[in-house]
Amino acid sequence: MAKPMTAWLAKPAAVAIVLFARAITAVRAIWPESGVPSGRCIYFANHSSHGDFILIWAVLPPRLRQRTRPVAGADYWLKSKLNSFIGRDVFNAVLIERDREARTEDPIAQMAAAIDAGSSLILFPEGTRNLTDAPLQPFKSGLFHLAKMRPDIDLVPVWINNLNRVMPKGEFVPIPLICTVTFGSALRIGPDEEKADFLARTQSALLALSPKQLGNGE
Amino acid sequence: MSAASSDLIHLVLGIFGVLIVASVIGYVLQRRLSPDGSNAAIENLNARIKAWWAMVILIGIAFLAGRTGVILLFAFCSFAALREFITLTNTRRADHWALAAAFFVALPLQYYLLWAEEYGIFSIFIPVYAFLFMPIIAVLRGDTERFLIRIAEVQWALMICVFCASHVPALLTLHIPGYEGRNVLLIAFLVIVVQLSDVLQYVWGKLFGRHKIAPKLSPSKTVEGFVGGVVSATLIGAALWWITPFTPLQAGLLAFVITLMGFFGGLVMSAIKRDRGVKDWGHLIEGHGGLIDRLDSVVFSAPIFFHLVRYWWSQ
Repeated sequence: MAKPMTAWLAKPAAVAIVLFARAITAVRAIWPESGVPSGRCIYFANHSSHGDFILIWAVLPPRLRQRTRPVAGADYWLKSKLNSFIGRDVFNAVLIERDREARTEDPIAQMAAAIDAGSSLILFPEGTRNLTDAPLQPFKSGLFHLAKMRPDIDLVPVWINNLNRVMPKGEFVPIPLICTVTFGSALRIGPDEEKADFLARTQSALLALSPKQLGNGE
Repeated sequence: MSAASSDLIHLVLGIFGVLIVASVIGYVLQRRLSPDGSNAAIENLNARIKAWWAMVILIGIAFLAGRTGVILLFAFCSFAALREFITLTNTRRADHWALAAAFFVALPLQYYLLWAEEYGIFSIFIPVYAFLFMPIIAVLRGDTERFLIRIAEVQWALMICVFCASHVPALLTLHIPGYEGRNVLLIAFLVIVVQLSDVLQYVWGKLFGRHKIAPKLSPSKTVEGFVGGVVSATLIGAALWWITPFTPLQAGLLAFVITLMGFFGGLVMSAIKRDRGVKDWGHLIEGHGGLIDRLDSVVFSAPIFFHLVRYWWSQ
């Protein structure tokens, strides 16, 4: 069978989306002193916009980018043909079912399988977009269960700054503002680390990367 | 046009010569004083020289592409500058449509009016129409929290980044008898004098600087740097009279005005940065910081230079 049309379009679409994101946000990566992560890892980031993983993807060096897959909610990314083209074909997302009732597969097992296949993951442990005034919502337990299942993998905190101002909820015209993506040093789960301790530790590692909010009146 | 292009070629060769000398000095300094890249000042100097090459080549290409190329270049500069500026302001969700209008309506329209040579509307479009309609769009969302501050910030951003910056390419629209087809050299004159003044103030300051001129605003600026930079840039401006419609004396006087405006413009923009707690406007240009860090003195001098030339020389 010939490749479907969408497969041919995926590459140029990825380039176009990244170029557009760069034109609007002039996004810049800030790496930790230890440098760019070398191997497979899980990037866990704050989540305020549907464009979050695009910015992380855009700043990763191409060799890392190729094997990095975002983890995203199937409900949103399968909603329309366009969403599913961008989510599945362009960014090769690991689509998980967020609704427990509708699940046919275990999301943690899906993510672990993607890691075993050699991919890095982009994960938003808050579960849903943060529309509150707090900088970060409490983490869901997914990151803990995944880390427990694959304890050897590096967990890299990533703070995405300003994208919530570029594209506030409910708006569809992006405002050009400069965004930064700050990567922290990798951490790992301890052998006997409790869930609450681990989630508190990862949350504070992520929050430590957030800059003092400049100019954001919200 | 041939006289203009031969002048332009001489100018470009001269600038390349200066940059080659600067690159050689930077290289020697690096080999002698910072072979392992440990001297931050020298590394920064070399990054700046490299960025100068890129900027000169970019402006050169725009000049070759003619009027449209120059207008597009400055429209892009306005876009990037506005993006840096708005990033540091107190925007709220209710400003969304007003900001979208600033970026996607006011900015392109201002440059379109310039391209269409509609001087009457070009010169008042932002201070009249944009300044009145933008708060109207914002107020419709009903959010009064810090309303005056939010509106004032965006208006000032439009003024600096779009209105003032667009007066550099506006020099192309002047009709100066006996200077037809050479207006691009006026832009070259303005940009060279302002930027050299910045560079020379830095050099004089590094060599002889003792007394700080504005310690609260810009701790690196010194009286010696200011005087040396302004005097030498004024003399260079006078020596560049042959690319302008001015006599050497007039060229020197205009260069003097340009350098003063540039200096004070730099101080004003420094004050805004300090107010916002940042060191640079952004990271667009390696070694220099953001685009506004490089453009601040140009935007303050451009409208004044434009109007002086328009009043006394153009028809």
